[in-house]
Amino acid sequence: MQNQRTVFVCQGTGCLSSRSGAVYDALTAEVAKLGLADIAVDFTGCHGFCEKGGIVVVEPEGVFYTHVQVEDVPEIVSSHLRDGKPVERLFYRDPATGKAVPYYREINFYKKQQRIILRNCGRINPEKIDHYIDAGGYRALKKVLLEMTPVQVIEEVKKSGLRGRGGAGFPTGRKWEFGYNVCSDKKYVICNADEGDPGAFMDRSVLEADPHAAIEGLIIAGYAIGANDGYVYIRAEYPLAVKRVYTAIQQAKERGFLGRNIFGSGFDFEIHMKEGAGAFVCGEETALIASIESLRGMPRPRPPYPAQSGLFGKPTTINNVKTLASVPVVIDRGAEWYAGIGSEKSKGTTVIALSGKIINSGLVEVPMGTSLSKIIFDIGGGIPGGRRLKAVQTGGPSGGCIPARFPDTQVDYETLSLLGSIMGSGGMVVMDDTTCMVEVARYFLSFTQAESCGKCVPCRLGTKQMLEILTRITRGRGQEGDIETLYDIARTVKECSLCGLGQTCPNPVLSTLNYFRDEYEAHIKKKLCPANQCRALHRKAK
Amino acid sequence: MNKPAVKSAIDMERIKEIVMECGGHKWALITVVQKIQNEFGYIPPEAIPVIAKGMKIFPSQIQGVISFYAQFYTKPRGRQVITVCRGTACHVRGGESLLEILENSLGIKEGETTPDMEYTLETVACIGVCALAPNLVMDNQVHGKVDPQKIEQLLKKGEA
Repeated sequence: MQNQRTVFVCQGTGCLSSRSGAVYDALTAEVAKLGLADIAVDFTGCHGFCEKGGIVVVEPEGVFYTHVQVEDVPEIVSSHLRDGKPVERLFYRDPATGKAVPYYREINFYKKQQRIILRNCGRINPEKIDHYIDAGGYRALKKVLLEMTPVQVIEEVKKSGLRGRGGAGFPTGRKWEFGYNVCSDKKYVICNADEGDPGAFMDRSVLEADPHAAIEGLIIAGYAIGANDGYVYIRAEYPLAVKRVYTAIQQAKERGFLGRNIFGSGFDFEIHMKEGAGAFVCGEETALIASIESLRGMPRPRPPYPAQSGLFGKPTTINNVKTLASVPVVIDRGAEWYAGIGSEKSKGTTVIALSGKIINSGLVEVPMGTSLSKIIFDIGGGIPGGRRLKAVQTGGPSGGCIPARFPDTQVDYETLSLLGSIMGSGGMVVMDDTTCMVEVARYFLSFTQAESCGKCVPCRLGTKQMLEILTRITRGRGQEGDIETLYDIARTVKECSLCGLGQTCPNPVLSTLNYFRDEYEAHIKKKLCPANQCRALHRKAK
Repeated sequence: MNKPAVKSAIDMERIKEIVMECGGHKWALITVVQKIQNEFGYIPPEAIPVIAKGMKIFPSQIQGVISFYAQFYTKPRGRQVITVCRGTACHVRGGESLLEILENSLGIKEGETTPDMEYTLETVACIGVCALAPNLVMDNQVHGKVDPQKIEQLLKKGEA
């Protein structure tokens, strides 16, 4: 096994769309043809750098090939794998210097990240439980079940400062404590994998590349609060993630990590899967519960909180995929270690889905509190085409736009909300000077308006009214007083809506109004789109 | 609408079977509906009373659930389904124009099916392949970095 080398082909949704499935087959065939006995061909999940797909990595040396097509396979096999001469033309090229970078670990995009949640993504085969175990998987579960009481687990998570990565940032340890303290014959834990925010794809990546991490976290959560049943609620729009989670659950059952008397501890735990059916609002916890119960996925007023009365009327604790995937690391490496990462109030790391007008778009995991400029310029490689950064939209349709004049903004829960945005799901869409901010606000509103479930009046009517005004403005029919009306409706919707969708959906409008009021005024008064994006105003802009 | 030919196309016994498989639990309704759609391609409206009887719930409740979720269809769909992603990254990189081009070349609007039942055109909130925006999904295969030429190729391939 010493001279054994492995060629890993990425089989995430992104790379598969770059035909990496055929690359995998061709590599297997070519290696067999040349009779290279010391070369194994295997696959991984998402590396988070989908733009460079298909990605092929040769381990242990860590040579990283980008944009690999079937035609490149014979050369990789004969030149690199047989003759030891890596294929330079397929190396990643540094966008700033144009220099070829052969190794994974030397690429700026990866070098400047700190990967905890994504620790195994792109490094292990997600369909082989042994890979996960070899990487230290299920060690934390064993420790928890054999050496710790539920209270100790909760204390450890509390000490680590881990907060909900689903967006709201509620301290995970406290959430578990609520769940633990409720007396009931039956309790549930749910893994929320209904990643609905457009522009966010980290949950998809984790589930496709490292499904056992979330499963291990869910079992630990179940033990901590005293639940014997867990659900994974996953978006049906992610067919590959559904398949990999299903496989992982079956494997965990075979190994005895799920089922009766896990590790001989006397603790029983089962996981059920539930596929979503295409409703954004179902990421909200009470709507998610309604959806598992096969009802219309509409939120309900809280209290009672799900911790008291949730799924089937029983106490239920719901955590996001990334939160659960962090839990095994917190237990394994200890709360002190975890609490040493991040900013004062936001501990640990966060995963950001960097996309839009950016050179390196992909998944970026950094300690909480990392500055926007580091993420965009150092890791993201800056703005393509020599254009100027205008704004960064964080937190998906519930978040806001942060203008380029705040490059030192720390990415953590507190700082972002101070600027009128939110951490949210961690989506980060970069916009340059050709992006019209009024159009951006209109786009997000069109999304939230369509996804508003219609139960409460402020959200149902408010989103519709705001959308109509924004559409009018972008079509060149803006009127005096529109800005004031928008402010008025946005504040009402924010304050009076029932659930998180309504309470946060005015953020894109309010933040663009606050920071880019001049663009609104140009549209309304001068019938001009400064970014020259709004088509109805094209001619007049020249 | 009451032509027997249309009705016989849907195997009501199979629908009853699917309902039975799920044990008739009320909370399995979405799973039942998903299974029916996987097999038949859509949820035939005439199946609703059958499901209602088997699961002991009102037809209106089933109708309510079907109409609430974006992924349930009560009309047959085309042999090839083209789904254009409307996520943020796709939007910023021109996803809306893709939809327009497709609408023009297929002669249908979003949510519609061509009269020959070949293509259905729809949109999705986000498929999470933002790094390759703009995207579309055709026959469960994701196509990234789509441009007008690529659309032309895809439609040509689809006709072959």
